[in-house]
Amino acid sequence: MARVTAIPVWLRTLLFLVVASLAVAGSLALLWRAPLEAVHPASIAPPEPEIVAAAQRVDVEFSAAWSAAAQTSAPLADDFTVLRRLSLALFGTIPSFEEIRLARQVPAERRISWWLDRAFRDPRYGDYVAERFARVCVGTESGPFLVFRRRRFVDWWSEQLQANRPYDSFVRSLIASTGSWTTSPETNFVTREVVPKHGPDEARLAARVSRGFLGIRLDCVECHDDFLEGNWKQTDFHRLASFFRETDLAVTGVSDTAKAAYQVRMRGAAAETPVEAGVPFGAQWLPAEGKLRSRLASWVTHPENASFSRTAVNRIWALLFGQPLVAPVDRIPLQGDLPPGLDLLARDFVAHGYNLQRLIRVIAHTEVFRRSSLSPTDAATATAWTSFPMTRLRPEQVARSMYQAASLSTVDASSHILLRLQRFGETRDFVNRYGDQGAEEFEPVTATVAQRLLLMNGKLVREHAKENIIMNAATRIGALARDDAAAVEAAFLAVLTRTPSPQEMEHFSTLLHGTKRSERARRMEDLYWSLFNSTEFSWNH
Amino acid sequence: MESLNGLRLSRRHLLSWLTVLGDTLAVRAETSRQPAQHLILLWLEGAPSQLETFDPHPGSPIAYGSTDMATSAAGVRIGSGLVHTAEVMGEVTLIRSMVSREGDHERAVYNMKTGYRPNPALIHPAIGAIFCHEFPRSPVEIPTHISILPNRWAARGGFLGGGFDAFQLGDPQLPLPDMRGPVSGEREARRLAGLSVLEDTFSRGRGELDAKTLHRVNLERARRMMSSEQLLAFDVTEEPAAVRAAYGDSSFGRSCLAARRLVEAGVPCVEVTLDGWDTHVNNHELQAARIQLLDPALAALLRDLRERELLDRTVVLCGGEFGRTPKLNAVEGRDHWPHGFSVALAGGAFRKGHVFGETDPTGAAGQPANPVRVEDLHATLQTALGMDPEFEVMTPVGRPLAWSDGRVIRDLLRG
Repeated sequence: MARVTAIPVWLRTLLFLVVASLAVAGSLALLWRAPLEAVHPASIAPPEPEIVAAAQRVDVEFSAAWSAAAQTSAPLADDFTVLRRLSLALFGTIPSFEEIRLARQVPAERRISWWLDRAFRDPRYGDYVAERFARVCVGTESGPFLVFRRRRFVDWWSEQLQANRPYDSFVRSLIASTGSWTTSPETNFVTREVVPKHGPDEARLAARVSRGFLGIRLDCVECHDDFLEGNWKQTDFHRLASFFRETDLAVTGVSDTAKAAYQVRMRGAAAETPVEAGVPFGAQWLPAEGKLRSRLASWVTHPENASFSRTAVNRIWALLFGQPLVAPVDRIPLQGDLPPGLDLLARDFVAHGYNLQRLIRVIAHTEVFRRSSLSPTDAATATAWTSFPMTRLRPEQVARSMYQAASLSTVDASSHILLRLQRFGETRDFVNRYGDQGAEEFEPVTATVAQRLLLMNGKLVREHAKENIIMNAATRIGALARDDAAAVEAAFLAVLTRTPSPQEMEHFSTLLHGTKRSERARRMEDLYWSLFNSTEFSWNH
Repeated sequence: MESLNGLRLSRRHLLSWLTVLGDTLAVRAETSRQPAQHLILLWLEGAPSQLETFDPHPGSPIAYGSTDMATSAAGVRIGSGLVHTAEVMGEVTLIRSMVSREGDHERAVYNMKTGYRPNPALIHPAIGAIFCHEFPRSPVEIPTHISILPNRWAARGGFLGGGFDAFQLGDPQLPLPDMRGPVSGEREARRLAGLSVLEDTFSRGRGELDAKTLHRVNLERARRMMSSEQLLAFDVTEEPAAVRAAYGDSSFGRSCLAARRLVEAGVPCVEVTLDGWDTHVNNHELQAARIQLLDPALAALLRDLRERELLDRTVVLCGGEFGRTPKLNAVEGRDHWPHGFSVALAGGAFRKGHVFGETDPTGAAGQPANPVRVEDLHATLQTALGMDPEFEVMTPVGRPLAWSDGRVIRDLLRG
């Protein structure tokens, strides 16, 4: 067996010095002067007037509702809190110190639109939002072993989002998809619901469609008529399910073939009876011709089908705010009172070609989105959106944010492959221990003891705060910042995306005062530990 | 020390002893009538073969050479690999007619752990989470719902909240995860002081909203837990070598021993996972290897609980998400079989040395005799744990839901 020659000590020392020098040089640039990427304020376009106008119309509806209820809204949050919200929603992580330094050069009135322009070009947007949408379509489970490729499905979503393909168009692709689960990744929407010895399960697919794209929990009437909250009938659900009765799976992939009738034993019936395909409302939008799934896809995405556009708006709203406009996210009433903004945004979404990026821009420019999370009077008003709702960060958001805070530059697709692999593995372990909510991602949750233990004593916090001049921002900030105050400010910006209050500045700069080398690194580690363990870090606010 | 010769038996002494004896017997009799206060779930993930464990059919075509053995329970025979377990079968109720409608691992695990089939509207809580929710009086500082050696699908709190998720840990011979503070003394104080400054800033203007996060409350609870003497319950090295040896020198054996210690410390629910039962190839050999790990641990656990008078207060459930096919496939494996598989139950109000249900020795019948649905198992288990399965809880989706929609199988319970 060949003997692996050890790397000589001198070479190891040299390599360490080179890597450390590069890390230090990069950090020095970020901490002491403007980032390498220059921002020319004059070249940054203001937000499109049409976007601003649409956002203002939404605000007018909310203001009217608040006035009618004699409610007071919270003051506007600062721009960097808003950028933190957007970064968490679209990248699943907090903004980097580098991004904050860049954003500071941008005129305030153009900051959000400038940031969104960058975000939509960033592959992190497609990747992260794709994962969130994939949960709606195929859940978080690994699914049928041989015929389901979740990773391929998420990548496909990412490509559609990055290309800003009209939302109605790619939902039609999902519902009516044909082909192999590897070469036509959208078919994984169907293969996820394959049942052994049966093939694609009509009822489960109907449930996915009704919840994911229509905002209706029609599967609640799978076994009996609705007797609690609506007039849905058991037949409504099974008629919808019958649109999938021709969906077939073979080694070549998903196709549509004439099969036996979709048979169901209805409640109280003695035997199974065939159920024909039919829609629960809006029959006039259903094409008379075509394959069953294509007809269903056309009906779901018909421009007059308000359920479809409202559901999309509600989900994007939930992505940005952490809570849906109508809760639960998949139960929007067909008639009756709807919250301010919903129909207005839904109509705007349809009128502008189901443009998801535009929808995000409009919501991000509303004052509702930019309200602070300070509670004006009492907690109940938060449900009326008078203040920004506080929601616990999702586990991957916490893990990614820790990674980001441990680096002054942006951690993205251009980061080294080894770093990304390490991040992938550690994030997976952290999410497993922190507790993923699965597809139920917008249910209100509180912190748990196990989560607190993980953040107080866990490996991820320890590894990303400890003394390490190459890997950790905490050490580099302590060693390279101009003075104590600059070090404290940089740490706050890197972890909490804000500058410290006078009390905080006094407390932490006193702790750093007069310290050098390892002792200073330890104090910076302690500062990072406190920041990572704060409510503010673990919650969207 | 008082010598026996010096001991004078007065009438008062005698009466006082009799009173103590009477009280003890009364308490024990009362205890045996009370519902169990602890649940240990020995979770065999991947689905064990009923034919090689608790429901052998030696000599029939579906046995493919598997054999059985007599046990301490009259007339009850089990797979011949379960040598130690056979000795304690007098404590066990076997259900040999479990049926499920889920044949996919992930869905079936969910089904077996919660009693409900997966439903996108709602994440149902696992049985341990419901139990902890219903009996929050447990006087323990350490987690009350614990999962040792969890695989992918540790028990969850579901709609009851993340606070009811099982606390997960690995092999008990390793240090407890996240339980030890990375620093102490001056540095710890500095960190906490810094945190306090940050929390004060953040809570300003958010009083009620901030409190609702439970962030700070849970931080205090976590710190209490870190310094609790009850953490010793996790440390199996405290046990004599002979006890540890009885459970088997394996991570599963140590985990079962830790489960007993945790129950002794007052923890209501412990789940211990032994995976690797998904034997689509080479079934007999792979099942035998798993049985070698299960057998000493299960037997030692039941014996230990009995000797410590904990078995009447503790329900032990041993089973997986479904069973395995009567037929061997082309590569000598058994595939998924939810149409008649076995679960072993012991302790609490469960009958001793009892068998319920029967599968077809030819494997031809699609349904076993006296089928027990997963929801029926849960309703019965909840009854043994002192819960009312029909009790309806309001779910976050605004609909009431019974803890279980199964029926209680009275024949599994004593009295």
